[in-house]
Amino acid sequence: MEFIYYFGDVFSPVSFALLLVGTIGGLILGATPGLSPTMAVALLIPFTFQLEAAQGLILLGAAYTSTVAGGAVSAILLKIPGAPANIATTLDGHTMAKKGDGAKALQLSFLSSAVGGVFGVLLLIFLTPLLAKWALAFGPSHLFWLAILGVTVIGSLDSSSVVKGLLSGCIGLWLATIGFDDIMGAQRFIFHPSLGGGINIIAALIGLFAIPQVLTMFAKGRQASGAEVIEVKKHSVLDATKEMLRWPRALTIGTITGSIIGLIPGVGGQIAGLVAYDQTRKFSKHREKFGTGHPEGVIAAEAANNAMVGPSLVPLLTLSIPGSPTAAVLLGGLLIHGIFPGSDLFDNHPDVAWTFINSMLIGQILMCVFGLYVAGMAARVAQVPQSIMAAVVLVLSVFGAYSVQSSMGDVYVMACLGVMMYFLERFGFSAAPLVLGLILGPIAEANFIQGSMIANATDGMGVYFLGGTLNLFLIAVVVASIAYSVWMEVRVQKLVARGEAKS
Amino acid sequence: MSRFQHIIPSGLIFAVGCWIAFVSFTQQPAEAFLFPRLIASVFVVLSGWTFGKALLGKSRVGVGINRHMILNLTPGLFIAGIYVFWAAKFFGFYTASTAAFFILFSLYDPSPHSEVKTWVRRAITTAVFMLVMYGLFSLLLKVYTPREILF
Repeated sequence: MEFIYYFGDVFSPVSFALLLVGTIGGLILGATPGLSPTMAVALLIPFTFQLEAAQGLILLGAAYTSTVAGGAVSAILLKIPGAPANIATTLDGHTMAKKGDGAKALQLSFLSSAVGGVFGVLLLIFLTPLLAKWALAFGPSHLFWLAILGVTVIGSLDSSSVVKGLLSGCIGLWLATIGFDDIMGAQRFIFHPSLGGGINIIAALIGLFAIPQVLTMFAKGRQASGAEVIEVKKHSVLDATKEMLRWPRALTIGTITGSIIGLIPGVGGQIAGLVAYDQTRKFSKHREKFGTGHPEGVIAAEAANNAMVGPSLVPLLTLSIPGSPTAAVLLGGLLIHGIFPGSDLFDNHPDVAWTFINSMLIGQILMCVFGLYVAGMAARVAQVPQSIMAAVVLVLSVFGAYSVQSSMGDVYVMACLGVMMYFLERFGFSAAPLVLGLILGPIAEANFIQGSMIANATDGMGVYFLGGTLNLFLIAVVVASIAYSVWMEVRVQKLVARGEAKS
Repeated sequence: MSRFQHIIPSGLIFAVGCWIAFVSFTQQPAEAFLFPRLIASVFVVLSGWTFGKALLGKSRVGVGINRHMILNLTPGLFIAGIYVFWAAKFFGFYTASTAAFFILFSLYDPSPHSEVKTWVRRAITTAVFMLVMYGLFSLLLKVYTPREILF
């Protein structure tokens, strides 16, 4: 119950103001199609340099929470999901809006997001200290395998091609080795002076997430948004609350599904929303109404995609393994303040850890309250032409990358990585495993070197890295995640081939 | 998407993989390249597999690039490239960003170029955005940006 002692810190004037700014700004950014939660959080990192660690994390955490919920606004009113996590919301939410129940759909979406989100953060609160203590038993070989696990799980599950996903992870791991070696001081892969200090993680994150979005908008050409906002009529929040409570099954399935999926590294909100929607339909007495503007569809999808936010941070805060690209960006936000997640975070910086987690709890409630009022404005922001959005994101990326350490080299690295990622994505490569490779690379290398020193002095590399229950368990999970993804890929290919043969 | 389109990126990545492996296994001190050697080995195998699949015409993942997309993308990429790699440092961040924002906005704005009202709107949007940027980065975050020719 340690977290209760730090609740007061969330309500200090600066922290609370940042929580409000992050929540309202996140709702608006989330509603804007093309601005993903990960990109929004990456672009916000430069604004946290001047803040204390806890305050910076409050801003980033609030933005993460509310961008996921804000995506429902454009999903419901424009039929354009603000983020992949809101795809399932579009199915019933937009139909409700077309029937004149837009306000009710928005209210249901924010209320169920808050319920799911609060449950997810409570899970984070109670699971994190237990796992952080368990993490103390981890030696260098275990931490090495954990880092590899983080890259391979997200590489195999997040990509449409397992080999390309793993290759993206390898590219990230290689990028992390550029610069001077920590132990020998040797130069590695420095083929341009800008790379002398290695690749700055924040500049790389901005480039990898923001620049491909800018280029995607450019590639669409002179195109009007074409989306029309459906007007919303007034609807009582009390009635919406009663309506939500009428469907406890959808709320429960959405919340539990989202929480479980959030704990699995690499499986994002998009999967959470779609799985929860599908499961709720299977168990519903009104399954024929799904897709026709049925409240259960909105409740399940939104409860799930916000319930996964808290649990997705459990592997990050306990084992330093970001479970999602957004968690990887948050890890970047922690590292710039010299704070390393894991047991160190809870032992040496409990104020930072608990203030951040508590702020996410309060943020869920603020998100619900403000979401109901900001929705209309956010939908109008979602109509901002792509020509403006592309220019805004580009300039913001350049300023953001430069401000990290006042270096033009970081701007060049950011731009090059962004352009490279855009073209790689066109050929089936994915940014998420690349980012995780880049972030987990130094962790994997440090533990690999440390482990090999211990191994050379004891039983040898083979026994040290491949022996022991925990090592074998972690290796088994790595192999299982790859094998499962390969099996799924082969199955999909067979189904596609069968479909082509029939047609 | 044509086989050719898959061959170029996968071939490039395979070449990068081979270069990483070559550097990792030939550079000294060997201890500094222990981890890169491990990565390079996996990198070469995976990129070789991807390249082989592309050569055999079995790569199917990805949407590729088409002519329409390239035509839309090229002007924006060119202006963004000049802005990032030359103008930002040469003219100073704010001057270069103002020009880049205005040009890119005008280039991709679907509103007709013939109307004066449209140009006024673009100019006002640019000015307001740059004021916000100045407030955020120079006044709030105190970031000292390169200022050379203009200010």
